[in-house]
Amino acid sequence: MSTITFIDLRGVERKVDGVDGQSVMQLAVNNDIPGIDAECGGEMNCGTCHVYVDPAWADRLPERSHDEADMIDVVDGPRPTSRLSCQLVFRDDLDGLRVTVPQ
Amino acid sequence: MNPQRVYDVVVVGAGHGGVHLATSLVKSGYAGSVALLGAELAAPYERPPLSKGYLLGAETFDDIAFRPATYWATSPVELLLGRRVTRVLPERRCVVTADGEPIGYRRLVWAAGGRARELPVPGQHLAGVHSVRTLADANAVRAELSTARAAVVIGGGYIGLETAAAFRKLGVAVTVVEQQPRLLARVTSPVVSAHFLRLHRAAGVDVRLGAGVTELRGTGGRVRSVALTTGEELPADLVIVGVGLVPNIEPLAAAGLACGNGVEVDERCRTTAPDISAIGDCASHPNRFAAGARIRLECVQNATEHARIAAADILGTPQQHGAVPWFWSNQYDVKFKTAGLLTGYDRDVVRGDPDSGAFTVGYLRDGRLVALDCVNTAADFSQGRLLVERGVAVDPHLLADPTHPLRTLPPIPDRRSARGAAP
Repeated sequence: MSTITFIDLRGVERKVDGVDGQSVMQLAVNNDIPGIDAECGGEMNCGTCHVYVDPAWADRLPERSHDEADMIDVVDGPRPTSRLSCQLVFRDDLDGLRVTVPQ
Repeated sequence: MNPQRVYDVVVVGAGHGGVHLATSLVKSGYAGSVALLGAELAAPYERPPLSKGYLLGAETFDDIAFRPATYWATSPVELLLGRRVTRVLPERRCVVTADGEPIGYRRLVWAAGGRARELPVPGQHLAGVHSVRTLADANAVRAELSTARAAVVIGGGYIGLETAAAFRKLGVAVTVVEQQPRLLARVTSPVVSAHFLRLHRAAGVDVRLGAGVTELRGTGGRVRSVALTTGEELPADLVIVGVGLVPNIEPLAAAGLACGNGVEVDERCRTTAPDISAIGDCASHPNRFAAGARIRLECVQNATEHARIAAADILGTPQQHGAVPWFWSNQYDVKFKTAGLLTGYDRDVVRGDPDSGAFTVGYLRDGRLVALDCVNTAADFSQGRLLVERGVAVDPHLLADPTHPLRTLPPIPDRRSARGAAP
């Protein structure tokens, strides 16, 4: 079983099972990860699923779309590794993916 | 009537507000017991797709469910489905469900939303006449779509127009009947209404403005036509009624809680009864984006915002400042996003060319940006939402120029009081 690790700003880690084909946002929501409100359900309207991807993994994810980049411009605390987790589809080859949830 | 079951928190309503509240408590490590009561039998799901992707068949129930079934099986939240609350007894601290069971609470959060407003005309209950509010509604419409030859949508609001767009995508002939002289009259400006009118007509929708419905006529119990105030009779074998929402507040009103257009709550989402909060579509609340006026908002953003406020109240954690209301609608290839409230604007500024299919309208009151309608302009929405949130005064000429990104607009020094502006 593949896994994904969510890290909060204090550094506390939670490892959960990954599900191939589900978004990282959905995985967070289904596991009650604090800080992922996912208000709009993946429409790129709200920015409430913002995460920082571990730099070691950033290159293995598809690039941001224009709409995603526009939304990331206005979230709190954007970083080069910022992503909207609704746009990150988990695949088994991302086993071990690590993302930090800004709160 | 002594409840067998008592919970620290009972949440009535398993829509966006109720689910967000219950799961927020869990995420925050709340130690008390939480029950989440849903009137429908289906596991909690998102309503916005019902008139969009779900209606089209592009999304399944699993896609629109808030959580997979396995989640609720292991969640500390006790999910009670098919339980419609018909009475609230504040002095006994319990709610009573339709089957007569009392369920006790220490804190009650009313998140019961609303139901589709009925069309009070003869024939409203004929077969083939539907709302699009619940999963059962959407399933019923989907089941009839394959054989529908002529659909009539009554109401040119978001639900009606999204449904009409879905029907056209599926190749169903559709007429939209709107009583007002323009579409989306309650929620947007004439320039945006005109754009949506062109859009739907170009997609082959027959739009009738300024036309009321006098009667739905049927044969053998099934709808066959829609009679209009103009005297015309439109053939129809499928009718969608999208004429607004009625807040589900009757049990609260009967219990003596202050109710007007919705159940009245304060800034903390507390009602006039002890230990009863109300959130979301059914809550009439003072809103800082309406200059503190009491309003009721029917949108996901407001439901989740209220859920955050009520959860913080229950947990005793500090309240956050209210976020700007926003809303979205998908019709054909148009992604429409709106931020802020259009009530009381005194100037509208069109940014970009509507004929290009991508434009924004900014709404100003006393020079401050109070709302934005964004048609296929995601960047304007994401950047402009912050300007609306801060109530920034902007130069209308710069606002009108799409080559100036909204985030680069210099705020104009404000001659008026800074109240409501950014710190």
